[in-house]
Amino acid sequence: MTSDDLESMSVLGDPVRRALYRFVAGQGRDVGRNEAAEAAGVQRTLAAHHLDKLVEAGLLESGFKRLSGRAGPGGGRPAKVYRRVREERTVSLPPRDYRTLALVLAEAVDLLGGEEKAEEAARRTGARLAAGEAGAGGRDLVEVLRGRGYEPYEEDGRLRSRNCPFHVLAESHPLLVCSMNLALCEGILAGLGETGVTAVLDPRPGECCVAFTSAATSSKNNVD
Amino acid sequence: MHLAQLNVAHLREPLDSPALTGFLDALAPIYQVSDAAPGFVWRMKEGDAPTDLIQHDYGPMLVVNLSVWESRETLWNFVYRSAHLEVMRRRREWFHRIAEPYTVMWWVPEGHLPSVGDAMARLTLLRAQGPGPEAFTFKDFYESSDAACLPAAAEVTK
Repeated sequence: MTSDDLESMSVLGDPVRRALYRFVAGQGRDVGRNEAAEAAGVQRTLAAHHLDKLVEAGLLESGFKRLSGRAGPGGGRPAKVYRRVREERTVSLPPRDYRTLALVLAEAVDLLGGEEKAEEAARRTGARLAAGEAGAGGRDLVEVLRGRGYEPYEEDGRLRSRNCPFHVLAESHPLLVCSMNLALCEGILAGLGETGVTAVLDPRPGECCVAFTSAATSSKNNVD
Repeated sequence: MHLAQLNVAHLREPLDSPALTGFLDALAPIYQVSDAAPGFVWRMKEGDAPTDLIQHDYGPMLVVNLSVWESRETLWNFVYRSAHLEVMRRRREWFHRIAEPYTVMWWVPEGHLPSVGDAMARLTLLRAQGPGPEAFTFKDFYESSDAACLPAAAEVTK
């Protein structure tokens, strides 16, 4: 953690900013001022002020885009749009550094050729986590994924995740970490007793590689 | 500059054995993905069929892939963020685990198509000297500007 990270977080102390940040982050695309203001229930000028503060703090980034979707003359003036920055912020008090150790361990697994053992461990961990959460309040798959930072959403009958909770490791050791993530998700399904649902690898740039087949989304789950 | 990549794999069984059917079957769909992927420039082909593997002088148990991409990001996204990932997960079914590097990258001028000889020389260089501007990996990556600073970087061998 750097003092920059702590300052970025302190910007979120304001409830309107938090609402705006959550809304923009949750869309996974460029968001205009009007839309954000409406979602947060505040005036456009107030929303614009807070959105720009979030950009200053490095939590959002901004650009200009024609929201009408039409290019060239008649397409309207480009509007200011916002999206979440890809770089992550971590605040831990007192400071902890799990990332460096995780990177070292991932390299050790690679050197030892221990992928299969790592996947088994991930599957057991997933089952344990889900069993704990299922017991705590009867959470379903979407809630468990949301609670663990996956940011699930539904697309074409599949449950996908906008965010990879293991991003840094998935970039440095993609084969190992994405396989472990798949095993972890399989464990979560087992722990929740979700028998009709299958976790599969369906990678695409910028998102989590694991998707869940349609059985997950045709049930009572409501994905927003 | 464009990014060239070589990867090699040591077969567990001869290519015509039943154990390799899954690998050969995976080639056509994967080449469909690679050839349509953003940033794909070229890959070496031996024939029109996807199962016509590149011929070379390094023995019948070595499978070789050689391709050129616009950037690190486009190559990375194909390798790890496409259907290719699932095929890579199955690599132990078909190929031996090797301790040495089995993939190498280097920069080539746009329009230049590397030869297998050049590509293998890059891999030899990587294995002998570790990553450098002339032969590197995703983990220890060198930008094209680093390579351009070295007069000898354009060609290791011809």
